[in-house]
Amino acid sequence: MWEQQVAFWVIAVAMAGAAIGVVRANNVVHAALFLIVVFAGSAAQYILLLAEFVAWVQVLIYIGAIIVLFLFGVMLTRAPMREERGKLDNSQRLASAVVALFLFGVLAVFLIDAFGGTELRFRDSMVEVGSAASVGDSIFRQFVIPFEVVSMLLLAALVGAVALARRD
Amino acid sequence: MTEFYRSYLAVAVLILAAIGMVGFMLGLGRLIRPVRAQEQKYIPYEAGSDPTGTFGQSNVRYYVFALLFVIFDVEAVFIFPWAVNLESLGWFGLVEMTIFVVVLTLGLVYAWRKGVLRWA
Amino acid sequence: MIPILGADPLFRDGIDGTVVLIVIVKTIIVFTVLLVAVMFYVWFMRKVIADMQNRIGPQRAGPFGVLQTLADGIKLFFKEQSSPECADPPVFRLAPYLAIIPAFMAFAIVPIGGLVPVAGRQTYLQLADPGVGVLWLLMMSGIGLYGVMLAGWASGSKYPLLGSVRASAQLLSYEAALGLAVVGVLVHSGSLSTRTIVDQQAWTGIGSIVSQWYWLPAIGAFVIFCISAIAETNHPPFDLVEAEQELVGGFHTEYTGIRFAIFFLAEFMNVITMSAIAVTLFLGGPAGPALGFLAADSWVNVWVMPVFWFTVKLLVLLYATVWIRATLPRLRYDQLMALGWKYLIELAFLWAMISGVVVVGAREGWNRWVTVPAAVAGAGIVLAVLWACLPRRGEPVEEIR
Repeated sequence: MWEQQVAFWVIAVAMAGAAIGVVRANNVVHAALFLIVVFAGSAAQYILLLAEFVAWVQVLIYIGAIIVLFLFGVMLTRAPMREERGKLDNSQRLASAVVALFLFGVLAVFLIDAFGGTELRFRDSMVEVGSAASVGDSIFRQFVIPFEVVSMLLLAALVGAVALARRD
Repeated sequence: MTEFYRSYLAVAVLILAAIGMVGFMLGLGRLIRPVRAQEQKYIPYEAGSDPTGTFGQSNVRYYVFALLFVIFDVEAVFIFPWAVNLESLGWFGLVEMTIFVVVLTLGLVYAWRKGVLRWA
Repeated sequence: MIPILGADPLFRDGIDGTVVLIVIVKTIIVFTVLLVAVMFYVWFMRKVIADMQNRIGPQRAGPFGVLQTLADGIKLFFKEQSSPECADPPVFRLAPYLAIIPAFMAFAIVPIGGLVPVAGRQTYLQLADPGVGVLWLLMMSGIGLYGVMLAGWASGSKYPLLGSVRASAQLLSYEAALGLAVVGVLVHSGSLSTRTIVDQQAWTGIGSIVSQWYWLPAIGAFVIFCISAIAETNHPPFDLVEAEQELVGGFHTEYTGIRFAIFFLAEFMNVITMSAIAVTLFLGGPAGPALGFLAADSWVNVWVMPVFWFTVKLLVLLYATVWIRATLPRLRYDQLMALGWKYLIELAFLWAMISGVVVVGAREGWNRWVTVPAAVAGAGIVLAVLWACLPRRGEPVEEIR
């Protein structure tokens, strides 16, 4: 299983680097591009965990739609041709670093506490569990009510979008 | 290493090959093309006249369509596994998805009635 | 070990040098063929349109002008590159990659042929068969959108920015319709994998054109898919992205030389890929009659015939795209968005539900002559209700900003 470990660490380091890039970028669009790398990295991690459908949904929704929405928002609100060096920077770097480290520590402690001793063993038969068919099976058999609630949530989002677009 | 990872290694090979191919084309271009710097060449194109001011705001309508797209993309993510499983789910699955789709279509009709989908 | 459905047998028993070599050689051959196909397609397009307009078309470079595109490409290699002074250099350089790499990758899921023996191994004539299958196409067109969007943004110039925002909104809208159209096939196939979809459309005789291939049971999805695929590839009549009168060249106005060539290649590669996916989903992919007088396992029937049938079907669709390009005038932007959001998406929803009723009806053993008309009637009622809810022509609607 060493290949998996190597792949995990390579992707994890790339993700962490890109995440720092998101925070440090002086340009909103550059930050969005770094964010794409982070999302792509988490999709790759899902693939390492054999969660194929979730991985590609991550790409489809987050990279294919959410970041595009961000970029549309950027183009809507500010002049893209101006360099805004310094404007996006913040003097509270130290505080944010402390908060980030604290969050990291808390998450690490809880995750290790919960799953620290568990060893993951992957077999080919587990691939089936991550496929679209079995994800669909559990959505449409076990989680019927949450699924229908999702439709109401999406409706609310749609109405919100319409309200946003109106003149008032 | 399972068969699953191996098939994704092939995908990685694909990505690398595509990047390599494009990189090769662009690199070759860099080697053989001339560079004769001239200030006028780097003025943004504006149909021949001097560029006037900067510009950088797009219409809010585009943003609304991007928002609508996010909603329909999420909806598509649900409809794909449904379509794959439909035969085993039977009429119950059909009813579930009909409710889901009708609720979303209501939203689309609302957007339509509010004139969001109209461009003029 | 349980074999994954549809997965390539090449990877079943571990990886060694031969397997890696096969994968690399396959990849390079397919990508090169794709590039050559683009050159051929551009020549083909110019020649056919010239014929339709009573012109001669390219004729100087090579026999019948076949090498014209190659000559144009070589010329572009020697052209100076310039990037405007307000450009954002890293993103400006990145954008061509983001445009063309998804174009290469999207073709990977297309099954070009069947199972072939190579160096003692069995492999599919297909670069990759991820379990998400056709979703791959949607993802790749989603990533290709960044090429368009960032090219326009990074140019730091007015026309490209306008062109790219307009183009990305168009691509988004039709990606939604494209995805919903694919559902029309998935309810019948029950699998996302392109290999499985093609296997289900296997050739069993001349009757399989209507009984096996999905174009007939998913005829509505086929029509919606074709329209939105044309829009998704910025092909006329949906080429508003580079509406010359309004936007000069659209998002790639500021791109010169080989970088421009990359955008150009990506655009036509997408046309070929979309046609290939349409062949895969609706027209049986490589399915077609084998040569009966040769043994079923002779190399002609294993290697050549599937590729031949695939190419024939692809050429038919490509000819259709050229025909459309020569015939239809460009849409207005409001017409484009109206077509996408008001009609294609609703119709794709309805089609998915109708085919759902048909599939479930067939499984439950309901009478087909009852379920199909009932489903169509239900869809008609829904359409009528929708129609009644919509604003009438001339009825005042609240304007948005």
